[in-house]
Amino acid sequence: MKFAKGFKDGIPIGLGYLSVSFTFGMMAARSGLTIAQAVFISMTNVTSAGQLAGLNLIVAGAPMLEVALTQFIINLRYALMSLSLSQKLDGSMTTLHRMLFAFCNTDEVFAVAAGQKGQVGKSYLYGLITAPYFGWALGTCLGAAAGTLLPDILRDALGVAIYAMFIAIVVPPSKHNGAVRLAVLLSAALSCAMYYLPGLNQISSGFAIIICAVVVSALCAKLFPIPDSNEEEDAA
Amino acid sequence: MSWSYFLPYVLVMAVVTYLIRMLPLAAFRRRINSRFIRSFFYYVPYAVLSAMTFPAILYATGSLPSACAALAIALALAWMEKSLLTVAIAASAAAFAVQLLATLL
Repeated sequence: MKFAKGFKDGIPIGLGYLSVSFTFGMMAARSGLTIAQAVFISMTNVTSAGQLAGLNLIVAGAPMLEVALTQFIINLRYALMSLSLSQKLDGSMTTLHRMLFAFCNTDEVFAVAAGQKGQVGKSYLYGLITAPYFGWALGTCLGAAAGTLLPDILRDALGVAIYAMFIAIVVPPSKHNGAVRLAVLLSAALSCAMYYLPGLNQISSGFAIIICAVVVSALCAKLFPIPDSNEEEDAA
Repeated sequence: MSWSYFLPYVLVMAVVTYLIRMLPLAAFRRRINSRFIRSFFYYVPYAVLSAMTFPAILYATGSLPSACAALAIALALAWMEKSLLTVAIAASAAAFAVQLLATLL
């Protein structure tokens, strides 16, 4: 039952991934990768920004160290998410399950898991990653095989699904909790500033997310520390 | 592209990405006691999601009007506390409708 709930929560992520990885598959095929190679990247890396940057470096024949370093910087935000999620796992998440689940701890999976009330266990989490993982692989395959067949208008419309889902995660708690609302608004403002302002817009998108997360969370934690309880029923 | 050229790159990428995700999750077994740190982690998902959504959502559909329609629908339905799937599908449908309208007009 928990697996089913997780699976259902993962469907919008899977749909969003289908369209994002479709684009990745198209680009990979255009860069000279076979369909199998494109799918292989997606099934071993499971990260949009990292794969895209990696693909460009591979095509350019970049040094291995640069590839590793780029992945490290772009994906560093996952360390923050994994650390945050580690505080929310129940007893069913033994070390082995943590190691298995970590493979699929993407931004969106983390966000949905973190948005659950109380602690989360392995059944829910494995359900949650199923649709995203296979959606990611399938989208890559379809994109590499038949990228130009799907009408742009449909692909573009699907591209917004993932962001709509983020909004569905952050808005309800913002409605009820002023501190969360502040965190959401501040982070959006800071992110826009780093996107639009000259100078600041030189920061890579991976780093921009880390900066927003650290600055805003630290500020809110300082101003509005959450109540000390052992129950942690409200923690996200 | 030959596998002998491709494979080392992809494996390096995969290992680096996996270690970043896995180590904090596997190593942090105990509960953090600092109230500040626990509060910090409480706010992280909201800050991350918000930063990833704005302003990226405005460029997710290829045209600003359709993105704005999707954003408005998503905000309204999320405010009404609809499910993730409902909000995602409705926003996509809104973007699709506006794009379709734009091509027809």
